[in-house]
Amino acid sequence: MSSATNSSPDPGQGNEGKHHLAHYFDTRAQQYDSHKLAMWLFLATEILMFGGLFCAYAIYRATHPEVFLYAHTLLDKNLGAINTIVLLFSSFTMAWGVRAAMLGQRKLLMGLLAVTILCGFGFMGIKSIEYTHKWKHGLLWGERFDYAALQDHGGGHGETVVDEHAHAADDQIDAHADDDHGHADVDDEAAAVMAELDRDAEITVAHGHAPEDVPRNLHIFFGIYFVMTGLHGIHVLAGMGMLTWLLVRATRGDFGTHNYTAVDLGGLYWHLVDLIWIFLFPLLYLIH
Amino acid sequence: MNTGATTTADHVPGTATHDDHGNYLTCDKGFRSWILTLDHKRIGVMYLGMILFSFLVGGIMALLVRTELLTPTQTIMSADDYNRMFTLHGAVMIFLFIIPGIPAALGNFVLPLMLGAKDVALPRLNLASFHIYAVGAVMAVLSILLGGVDTGWTFYTPYSTTTNGAVIMVTMSVFVLGFSSIFTGINFIVTVHKMRPAGMGWFKMPLMLWALYSTAIIQVLATPVLAITVLLLVAERALGIGIFDPALGGDPVLFQHFFWFYSHPAVYIMILPAMGIISELVAVYCRKPIFGYKAIAYSSIAIAIFSFLVWGHHMFVSGQSDLATVIFSALTFSVSIPSAVKVFNWLSTMYRGSIKMDAPMLYTMSFIVLFGIGGLTGLFLATLSTDVHLHDTYFIVAHFHYTMMGGTMIAFLAGLYHWWPKMFGRMYSMKWANIGATLVFIGFNLTFFIQFIMGSKGMPRRYFNYPPEFEIYHQISSIGSYVLAVGLFVAGGVLVHSLLAGRRAPRNPCGGATLEWQADSPPIHHNFDEPLVLTDPYDYSGQEWDETVQGYVIAGASKETSST
Amino acid sequence: MNAFDSAALGQPHAGLRPFLAQLPDSFWMPSQASSVASEVDTVFFVIYWISAFFFAIIVGLMVLFAVRYRRRREGESVAKTAHHSVALEVTWTAIPVIVSAILFVVGFKGYMNLVTPPRNSYEISVTGQKWQWFFTYPNGYVTSELHVPVDRPVNLTMTSEDVLHSLWIPAFRVKKDLVPGRYTRAWFEATEPGTYPLLCTEYCGTGHSDMLSVVTVHESGRFDTWLEQAANLYDTMPPAEAGEMLVQRKGCVQCHSLTGAAGIGPTFVDMYGHSFATKEGTQIVADDNYIRESIVDPMASIIAGYEPVMPTFAGKIKDSEITYIIAYLKSVSSLGGTDEDEAAAADGEGTETEEASTEEVH
Repeated sequence: MSSATNSSPDPGQGNEGKHHLAHYFDTRAQQYDSHKLAMWLFLATEILMFGGLFCAYAIYRATHPEVFLYAHTLLDKNLGAINTIVLLFSSFTMAWGVRAAMLGQRKLLMGLLAVTILCGFGFMGIKSIEYTHKWKHGLLWGERFDYAALQDHGGGHGETVVDEHAHAADDQIDAHADDDHGHADVDDEAAAVMAELDRDAEITVAHGHAPEDVPRNLHIFFGIYFVMTGLHGIHVLAGMGMLTWLLVRATRGDFGTHNYTAVDLGGLYWHLVDLIWIFLFPLLYLIH
Repeated sequence: MNTGATTTADHVPGTATHDDHGNYLTCDKGFRSWILTLDHKRIGVMYLGMILFSFLVGGIMALLVRTELLTPTQTIMSADDYNRMFTLHGAVMIFLFIIPGIPAALGNFVLPLMLGAKDVALPRLNLASFHIYAVGAVMAVLSILLGGVDTGWTFYTPYSTTTNGAVIMVTMSVFVLGFSSIFTGINFIVTVHKMRPAGMGWFKMPLMLWALYSTAIIQVLATPVLAITVLLLVAERALGIGIFDPALGGDPVLFQHFFWFYSHPAVYIMILPAMGIISELVAVYCRKPIFGYKAIAYSSIAIAIFSFLVWGHHMFVSGQSDLATVIFSALTFSVSIPSAVKVFNWLSTMYRGSIKMDAPMLYTMSFIVLFGIGGLTGLFLATLSTDVHLHDTYFIVAHFHYTMMGGTMIAFLAGLYHWWPKMFGRMYSMKWANIGATLVFIGFNLTFFIQFIMGSKGMPRRYFNYPPEFEIYHQISSIGSYVLAVGLFVAGGVLVHSLLAGRRAPRNPCGGATLEWQADSPPIHHNFDEPLVLTDPYDYSGQEWDETVQGYVIAGASKETSST
Repeated sequence: MNAFDSAALGQPHAGLRPFLAQLPDSFWMPSQASSVASEVDTVFFVIYWISAFFFAIIVGLMVLFAVRYRRRREGESVAKTAHHSVALEVTWTAIPVIVSAILFVVGFKGYMNLVTPPRNSYEISVTGQKWQWFFTYPNGYVTSELHVPVDRPVNLTMTSEDVLHSLWIPAFRVKKDLVPGRYTRAWFEATEPGTYPLLCTEYCGTGHSDMLSVVTVHESGRFDTWLEQAANLYDTMPPAEAGEMLVQRKGCVQCHSLTGAAGIGPTFVDMYGHSFATKEGTQIVADDNYIRESIVDPMASIIAGYEPVMPTFAGKIKDSEITYIIAYLKSVSSLGGTDEDEAAAADGEGTETEEASTEEVH
């Protein structure tokens, strides 16, 4: 999103003199406050945009809880956790970088920006490993989701489907007589019928045969997973672009004790990207 | 005070003493000086050009749609072409004309001037907003070349995910235009917060600024949801992610919730700045302080807040839960109250005023009538039992044309006529402007009032063929649309004529007390060349009419002027 | 829509149908032909007159002021009046609040009537599809035009096969969207026999404006007769075809597959004429009599390997219909005598899978 860089102010109007005060501002404080307010507003729009996705997540998690419970086991928690640490660390270096900019420590700023960018690469690298894995196993969104692949993935679910089902049905009917809790029976029976119908449905609805204990509509989880992490990934990339631009300017010596707005605002943006991941990680990887 | 008088004298017609190189239109020449300008006035003018062009395109489509509906069966185009036509008419009018219309074109021009500032707080963001708007407009046009879109401007799933055509292009265009809107919104909020001159507290701001500020809040808070909605729609179409696709376990009604969570507030993005213009103009053309300043200011904020709580009233018959339906009905009524308060305050401002029936005031009065009808017919739609019958009929079509077109477009014209002398430094023919305004009013009512009756009698919207018993209604409506078109061409012609042959405008032809009238007409590049006299924006007692300049000057200065 | 026979659906919708509303309508509203119509109209006109009243005041005052206080010359003096008045502001805030509150309550009550069907309403299920309507009656009969009895609540359970549609019967003041993947409901009680337009009001593409139909309200007592006669269309079809339609519509295929695979009950394929072991260990031959017995009294003899779960159809099925089902079973059995319609069996297979999947999605 080039918008990130657009909304970052460029105090260097070139011809406006050393202190980079644009002609339409009266004081530097006014200029700084304006730019900071604008950045916060922009971050608000980002949060609202992701807010839409979080709403979609909440709605589908409420309507398909079993899908989310099952599907999250197909994600790699360790990779997610490593990525969380990488981003948290990058936020730390970014915050330190802002401080370095404020104090006019150019070399330190450059180093910290470079580390932050490297963290961005690290994050995207790990993300691409995860994506590649899912791509290979057909753990994709909507119509591209491959239930057949789940058998390789989950191991051994598929072969005994019919038998298990038959046994399960028998058990229920036997249990009928013994059990006092009538409701449970009805539910079980309904569940059995549902499972039966599910199996038929998946033949045509999704592509491939789902193993017995796999909930239907798993692809919904992966649709949301890919949209959320994909959009977040795009934001990370945009952030890396912005950081690179800041690094170039820092190298050029643009920033000083009176002129660090761009670094400050860039930092805010990077923290937001970090923050969104802090929400995404537990919501997608750590479901109970 | 004396300096004001001498500068005004420069504008006496016939005296070519004014330095033409000084104003913002002429200070710099060439295409690049426009397309890369950071000057809010130039950006506003460029926006104005694009927006008027979009209005023309959308208007031609409207006329084609109305022409098609002259007969109950095919008249001039096929059903598919008709569907594409009304879709693009809606999309162009809403996303390219009405939403950016007042804030981006007029707002950009007057907001810094009203604040006595040299520019908006973020001129680069402002320019980026314009460039993004241009890209979005081009994408919208491309979508026509790529086969058009026949989804209706609301892009309801699953129709929009299954139909052919350039749905992705047009929704991406909406996405891009959304960014343009967000940037304008951010800019205005920051400018109003940080650029007010010393002495202008929140409650000393002109009401136009309150309106633009409220609008900007909605733009910033609602548009991102539209962005994610259209992204999901694109993902649905291009990748089949299944979030809105019932065949994949998705929920098509969820799209409607997402869409209207933006698009209902968007209705207030359209109407709030219009109300701001009306609040300014009523006071200026009655030469009376606006009645109930605080009530109007607070009602703008109230509308902005309520606007986020009523989106569900678009889904009363969509199969959302009855509980949600009832709650949304109650909330919907709440939004009518601040609107009513504004109307009563405008009326009270007119009481015992000195009402000048110039074109801007005629449009203002048109606005009160048309918005009154639009608002009151909203009551039929907020009331659940009648909405069930009226939903998705021509009653709705008439209702939202009364609010959007009768409200926003009319106010846009009012503002355009009001600030035209300031923007371009030329006076227009008041007689022809008034004729245009009258024609627009008559044509508009002819076109749309009949649609209320049609709708409640059983005519659904978006119908290519229709039952023959509705033919006469449709014909009246179509004839009305031609009258309206003529009126709009007269209105536009008057303005074009003024550019070519209008007399030079004085600083303050209408007697406005807001700060933009202390700038030259047209203003210089940096807006003001002398210290501003900060007064109450609705206090007209310090001005007097100067026959020589045909405008208002600061009291006590006119004698000096005439003696020069 | 393979399950429906086109003959049953009457003529396809070609272009416009004349509007056949027979009752007088008013300037604003179509004729009233349902129990809620007059109430809805009353609310409409209450709002109408309230609006007209306020509109008259606003525009009247505005015109009066514009004429009375017209500017005679520039620079004329302006009377000093109050800039604000708390009393006035409170008054004209309170009035809309009160009016809105009243309207909300009125609308809310009317709406609850509109969405709450009375008990034991007559059930009709509705399916919308680009650009046709299908109305299915309790006996499985399907029409493309809606037929309802007068003075009896009718409950419509609606869904869509493709995109959104919306069912609107202006004369009944009833409207509801049809959403693919879920069921929506609408009910009404027609009060006047006659024929009324029924339209689609949710944009659905090229043929949206041709997605019209009519509601026929039958006079008291005539509806059942009509349905009876109309439903006898099976008698006009080849018996095996009628039977195939029946096993679909009666829901037999939920348990008895047409694919040869065992379901909750034995498959219909190769059933007729073959012999089976019963639970008691005896042998039976699935001939005409056994099939008839199984439909009317399913528990009499159960084939080994299946649970005795089939409900009886006694009273829900006509003798002639049983005959058609038998004819169908013959047609899909190797021992059926005639081996016509293997293609029909294959068709049935496809249909079933498709139906199952649609249901699942719901």
